[in-house]
Amino acid sequence: MSKLFSNENKAVFSNPLNLNNPIAVQVLGICSALAVTSQLEPAIVMGLSVTIITAFSNVIISLIRKTIPNRIRIIVQLVVVAALVTIVAQILKAFAYDVSVQLSVYVGLIITNCILMGRLEAFAMQNGPWESFLDGIGNGLGYALILVIVGFIRELLGFGTLLGFQIVPDCVYNAGYMNNGMMTMPAMSLIIVGCVIWAHRSINKEEK
Amino acid sequence: MKALRKFFDNIKPNIAEGGKFHAFRSLVDGFETFAFVPNQTSRVGCVNIHDAIDSKRIMSFVVIALVPALLFGMYNVGYQNYLAAGTLANATFCDLFLYGLLAVLPKIIVSYVVGLGIEFVVAQWKGEEIQEGFLVSGILIPMIVPVNTPLWMLAIAVAFSVILAKEIFGGTGMNIFNPALITRAFLFFSYPSVMTGDDNVWVAQNTIFGLGNNVPDTYTAATPLGEAALGTPLTDSFNAIIGLIPGAIGETSVIAIALGGILLLWTGVASWKTMLSVFVGGALTGLLFQSLGMSPLTWSDQLILGGFCFGAVFMATDPVTSARTECGKYIYGFLIGVVAVMVRVMNPGYPEGMMLAILLMNLFAPLIDYCFVQSNINKRAKRATIK
Repeated sequence: MSKLFSNENKAVFSNPLNLNNPIAVQVLGICSALAVTSQLEPAIVMGLSVTIITAFSNVIISLIRKTIPNRIRIIVQLVVVAALVTIVAQILKAFAYDVSVQLSVYVGLIITNCILMGRLEAFAMQNGPWESFLDGIGNGLGYALILVIVGFIRELLGFGTLLGFQIVPDCVYNAGYMNNGMMTMPAMSLIIVGCVIWAHRSINKEEK
Repeated sequence: MKALRKFFDNIKPNIAEGGKFHAFRSLVDGFETFAFVPNQTSRVGCVNIHDAIDSKRIMSFVVIALVPALLFGMYNVGYQNYLAAGTLANATFCDLFLYGLLAVLPKIIVSYVVGLGIEFVVAQWKGEEIQEGFLVSGILIPMIVPVNTPLWMLAIAVAFSVILAKEIFGGTGMNIFNPALITRAFLFFSYPSVMTGDDNVWVAQNTIFGLGNNVPDTYTAATPLGEAALGTPLTDSFNAIIGLIPGAIGETSVIAIALGGILLLWTGVASWKTMLSVFVGGALTGLLFQSLGMSPLTWSDQLILGGFCFGAVFMATDPVTSARTECGKYIYGFLIGVVAVMVRVMNPGYPEGMMLAILLMNLFAPLIDYCFVQSNINKRAKRATIK
């Protein structure tokens, strides 16, 4: 038991949340981060989907890593990821139809998410299943964290709501306040992601 | 002038290192160098010449050149308000102008306070001299927005553009995009309902200190460009040249802008190459669309309406964001004119394309420069290897 939660394993899990965050530090997976964050709910669902898929594809690839021929490893990885993505997409369609409509093609496009392939290539191919699982969960949550921050800002300022509930009271609107239409556009999410990276780097200046 | 000099000399000990008001050193320094040419010369031993016309003086020229358009804009704000209420016959020139002044002044103040405030904070924080770039942007911004823009929106947009379009790139002289246009673009995309269309946007609605008239909310006034996008040709091109049409505050009068343009060309601040080629590009494209029958406007209407003149004279010629190679200026200006008219005619969602055209070409200016510099290098390299 102690081995399962050794300091090394804790670092594998917690590093991607902050100091090695896939979006803020490695700047991977930006495309989906821009596309699905106009509201908080799809951002959360997308973050969780990526977390689950990264974790389980990491485990599966890690289990069969010694039998995968080196020359076709990308194809094998893609098959595993594609299978998981299809399962998640079907589950979403069955149990959260509205969100899956909002996410549209982006659930399918998780296959091409750079974070996934990056973790499979860089981590799961060299490490055991448990470490790979932690790494997948950590990276997925690190990705989800940024998505939630961006989704929070964009939905609050762009629609005046959070998770669909109105947050900005009517009296503020009557006083002349208006929702910021640019927040609902992908261009603004790029700027917000940039600001998040800016804030992250100035907080962690000493760590570099 | 002497009293001012004395004042600066008196407060200098207070802002020196360890003085009482050391925190305000960049503020005082900024105003002092704006009022007086700093007494600096180039260091001994280098070959530079320190011109008395430093960038603060250049910025002052641009501000002076903007004054005619600004004053006329104020008059026009009053004129449109009284026209809308139908009380134009009883109003004197002073009424119209004072009303416009009171309507426009808060915007100028907000723009300067927010923008310069950020600049001063950044200068203090980095320990640098205050940068002068915002002197021009601060007066440009109120001139390119509709008169009914709420002040809080203006404040947010100014903050956005000063931080994200200017300071992030390294401040004055380093910015890729024109900060004033970024402000307008931010407003345009964030709050489209108060920036375009014909709903209570272009004509001031309320009385200010008893001046002016309360115009009913149902009154609508579209800019001629907005009407042209719906297929109405321009009927009154005389008023469009004088500037007595609805529009953004400073952009309506061709004559007032021309006065400023002449000053800019005479002092050599703006490049005639850029300015001329913008008009040529716009005219040729306008002529093309006119002959194809795609636009109800003639080519000359395209040039006198909307922000075309204002953009060509004050925005496209911005020395920081425009192309710097001499040949590049022709290409840069020409493409601005082409794209501006193209956006106007081919995209009915954007009746005015000047802002988008200049921002787009700001982006391409370094590429244009690069091509010309490279071709020059190649030419010379060829000449060198022949013998």
